[in-house]
Amino acid sequence: MALIKTTNLNLYYGKFEALHSISIEFEKHQISALIGPSGCGKSTYLRTLNRMNDLIPNVTITGKTIIGNTDIYAPNTDVTKLRKKVGMVFQQPNPFPFSIYENVVYGLKLAGLKDKEKLSEICEQSLKEAAVWDDVKDKLNDSALGLSGGQQQRVCIARVLAVKPEIILLDEPTSALDPISTNKIEDTLLKMKEHYTMIMVTHNMHQASRIADMTAFFLQGKLIEFDKTSKMFLNPQKKETQDYISGRFG
Amino acid sequence: MDPIKESLLKTSRKAKQEKFGKLVTFLCILLIMVMVVAIILFVSLKGMATFVVNHVSPFDFFFGVNWNPSAKPPQVGALPMFLGSFIVTILAALIATPFAIGAATFMTEIAPRTGKKILQPVMELLVGIPSVVYGFVGLAVFVPITRHLFGGSGFGIFTATLVLFLMVLPTITSMTTDALNSVPRNYRESSLALGATQFQTIYKVVWRAATPGIMTAVVFGMSRAFGEALAVQMVIGNAALMPTSLTSPAATLTSILTMGIGNSVSGTLENNAIWSLALLLLLMSLVFNSLVRWIGKRSSLK
Ligand SMILES: Nc1ncnc2c1ncn2[C@@H]1O[C@H](COP(=O)(O)OP(=O)(O)O)[C@@H](O)[C@H]1O
Ligand SMILES: [Mg+2]
Repeated sequence: MALIKTTNLNLYYGKFEALHSISIEFEKHQISALIGPSGCGKSTYLRTLNRMNDLIPNVTITGKTIIGNTDIYAPNTDVTKLRKKVGMVFQQPNPFPFSIYENVVYGLKLAGLKDKEKLSEICEQSLKEAAVWDDVKDKLNDSALGLSGGQQQRVCIARVLAVKPEIILLDEPTSALDPISTNKIEDTLLKMKEHYTMIMVTHNMHQASRIADMTAFFLQGKLIEFDKTSKMFLNPQKKETQDYISGRFG
Repeated sequence: MDPIKESLLKTSRKAKQEKFGKLVTFLCILLIMVMVVAIILFVSLKGMATFVVNHVSPFDFFFGVNWNPSAKPPQVGALPMFLGSFIVTILAALIATPFAIGAATFMTEIAPRTGKKILQPVMELLVGIPSVVYGFVGLAVFVPITRHLFGGSGFGIFTATLVLFLMVLPTITSMTTDALNSVPRNYRESSLALGATQFQTIYKVVWRAATPGIMTAVVFGMSRAFGEALAVQMVIGNAALMPTSLTSPAATLTSILTMGIGNSVSGTLENNAIWSLALLLLLMSLVFNSLVRWIGKRSSLK
């Protein structure tokens, strides 16, 4: 059974319908890429999965989204619990203006974990998983803002990993980074696949083809096509997908 | 010489205008510099006269506990006023800061729309109210209440603290609001995305990221409180005694200054001693200013 299942999801910003009847399912421990031209609703869809759209006034959502066995829009949902289970990495590396260590253990401290040894242990483990341990192990108490963009982004990934999410949402995580940092992050994500289910918005078609198992193509608030990445790139079924992938628009 | 060459060699009208413009702005800045230097020099010279001309030892001035420059022999201990100024300033800041942080948080985090539309303009209006109005409110409201609650005359440090609290609250709130607003949105978003509640986000991320700004606001408020003369003078009782209780009459540097400057003859010790108080006040405001700059610099290094 799919881990994430969205059925007939509509999302309105005020009166503007940003997502139109989206139905899609994501399997456990796969990386799925969401592609499509700017403004087609990729970020909006991604943010429905950890309910970050709740923060925007006048958003209306209809339809159903089930993660595991629970309807995440059921009235009694604990949104903070949901967000611990469904972590998010943003486009701009956005570490807090604290030390690297404090960034990584932020979520754990929220949950009330105080044991210093345990915190350090999880911190180290998360930084290793995010492949940034060797860069920062000697300066855990330095401000995270002193790191390079790529290192910052991996610290942000570690910060998400520390709370042990099941699912990680990534909204163009490498678009603000140089190619070398991008490669490192892609490698990191591939390694993380063993333990996490990831959904990633990307503008970079090569990135999708390099690391995603599945690819979804969005256009003007609609899901046009969703299939295995190889199939999407070599043999798309819809004309719009074909046009987009061959670079005819977007 | 041909006309083109000639016109190139002559300074053009535009170049002259540019020179003139530069000269005007330079003169403006020169005037301000001269004024600042002149004020500092003047107050320093006058203030030093107590020590140089009247041979009062600086130790007696800074640590003497009796202020009575017209007595024989004259007593010019500034400690009571110095303490008075410090106590009212620190107490007012201590009470105002939590309120200011609370109000600013409400305006930026909890109800940003009402905050921007209604509360912020109100705060800015309050900042602009002349201090005599605050003093008058203190005189009409706080003095009787204090008298009622604690006995005595009602004049004193407690009442002055309340008036200063009212006065600096809008200043500190307004600046704290700016500090909270300048915390990047994405700090809040990433905290919430990690499963923090809004309250946790506010006190673990927003307040912490805004700490240098909040500190600047508090120091700014303190420097305003320290330098406030009129409102304080109206309610503190102006008794240059070592403060022994919060509800008995006391004095601050500013209140004695404004009271004394008109009642003494230039050149006498009485007058010089008051100038020394002014010098002390000037030095303190330099300290507050440097503190603000130091906080700003330290936080921009990160
Ligand atoms: N907070 C918002 N309020 C109103 N409209 C929005 C908001 N965020 C996004 N939109 C609109 O919704 C559409 C989809 O945006 P988005 O999901 O950000 O696109 P993408 O991530 O694919 O570039 C766009 O037309 C955008 O203008
Ligand atoms: Mg986007």
